Amino acid sequence: MDELYRDNILDHYKNPRNFGTLEAHDLDWHDHNPLCGDELGVHVVVEEGKVAELRFHGQGCAISQAAASIASEELIGKRLEELPELSADWLIDLLGIDISPTRRKCALLSLKVMRGASTGDASWPE
Amino acid sequence: MTIAATEPLVDVRADFPILEREIGGKRLVYLDSASTSQKPTQMIEAVDSHFRRTNANIHRGVYALAQEATDLFEGARQRIASFVGDSYQTTIFTKNATEAINLVAYSWGGANVGPGDEVLITQMEHHSNIVPWQLLCRRTGATLRYLSVSETGELSLAELDAVLAEGRVKLVGVTHVSNVLGTINPVAEIAARARAAGAVTLVDGSQAVPQMAVDLSELGADFYAWTGHKALGPTGIGILHGRRELLEAMPPFLSGGDMIASVSFEGSTWNELPFKFEAGTSPVAEGIGLGAAIDYLDTIGMDRIRAHETDLTAYALERVIEVDGLRVFGPLDPERRGGVVSFAIDGIHPHDVAELCDREAVCVRAGHHCAQPLMRRMDVPATARASFHVYNAREDVDRLVDALRGAREVFGL
Repeated sequence: MDELYRDNILDHYKNPRNFGTLEAHDLDWHDHNPLCGDELGVHVVVEEGKVAELRFHGQGCAISQAAASIASEELIGKRLEELPELSADWLIDLLGIDISPTRRKCALLSLKVMRGASTGDASWPE
Repeated sequence: MTIAATEPLVDVRADFPILEREIGGKRLVYLDSASTSQKPTQMIEAVDSHFRRTNANIHRGVYALAQEATDLFEGARQRIASFVGDSYQTTIFTKNATEAINLVAYSWGGANVGPGDEVLITQMEHHSNIVPWQLLCRRTGATLRYLSVSETGELSLAELDAVLAEGRVKLVGVTHVSNVLGTINPVAEIAARARAAGAVTLVDGSQAVPQMAVDLSELGADFYAWTGHKALGPTGIGILHGRRELLEAMPPFLSGGDMIASVSFEGSTWNELPFKFEAGTSPVAEGIGLGAAIDYLDTIGMDRIRAHETDLTAYALERVIEVDGLRVFGPLDPERRGGVVSFAIDGIHPHDVAELCDREAVCVRAGHHCAQPLMRRMDVPATARASFHVYNAREDVDRLVDALRGAREVFGL
């Protein structure tokens, strides 16, 4: 089995969870990876200060799409104030694969977009 | 389909030391020459020899060493000018093609473009031939317009005529060869029509000069920009060719030493061409290196190089479509395109294609290739791109096709 394109990565790429749009949403953010043109947006429904529902949408490589899908399952239920605390390592540990420096931004785009939605901070997660 | 591998038209791989490298135990297959070319020993040794034997600053030293360095650098300029059919005085060294285009946008554009005027470029330009014009139009109140690209990746001269007939276009900017589609544009036709309509033309020759014979005396463009590192030369050197009357009338772009005739407390006067546009210490080693690269290309012969690239492109166009779900962008006739093949594979993002090719030591580019408007026109987020130069052979294309098939397997397709 390929060490980067593991079965669960390809599964999330081909069948992304929480993917699409939400007509009624409280938070909306969109961003891209300028290196490759990958684009990702998110719609979030907030209830009682928590992420009740979210949908990512956009296009990108297997790593960026799978990372968004895998992250989405963890992000639902988190309190909004927890989101800015989520680090790059949090997401990369979640993926469970070695990410080369050239693919790091692919993996982190979903976290960047989610943090942008909650705080307006458009910087890359560290 | 199987195509019998023939002897390569040109086999110069032994001149390129990097091609001896292995990556992950596999022979390096370099298919990204549209991004930057690899370098022949002859060029590397010219730069090495300059630093070891002739290094001194140019144009000013009285001593013999400085004169040797000056002669080498200015000799290179003369050969580079001749190589593309231009004269010494109108061959200006810049940092790269991007700086060459910026020079025209700031210096010529600032003096000649104003509110109500139009700058006309095409949807297939590299960002380097888009953004300087966007900024010029923002500074001057002019309007930027784009000629469309057809489904087969080509421009329409009828559309050009229609826009020129409106009478507002001051400059037409067009790439000679598209870095994504490979399209060879009819730049002589475009320049003639622009001139008849009172507009000047800037041609981006970055992808053309490295792979085909270019004769600027026949082309008729007012400005022609290209870069050294794609033409087997070093990075850090680009070239702007310009029509003499325009260059003489233009104000300086960058300013400082070497570009002046005299400086007083009150003001300065400008040096003669080409030095008026070359502020500060020149890229001496880079110029000498590019001169050696041009000599190398000239020795092989640009017509042979073009034939070699056309053969490889034709072979690649036939072979890559053997890969299921693969679609190719740009003209399908290899005679009408340069040595570049952009493609997409259903179900695999180009980034993942490039990553999986890299596992096989096959270097291809993935992304928007600094042509985001063109990606939008083609309705794709990105493409993968294989591009060739004189040191590639058909077996490199075979390695690419094997890697692409392997990528589909990894993705379970």
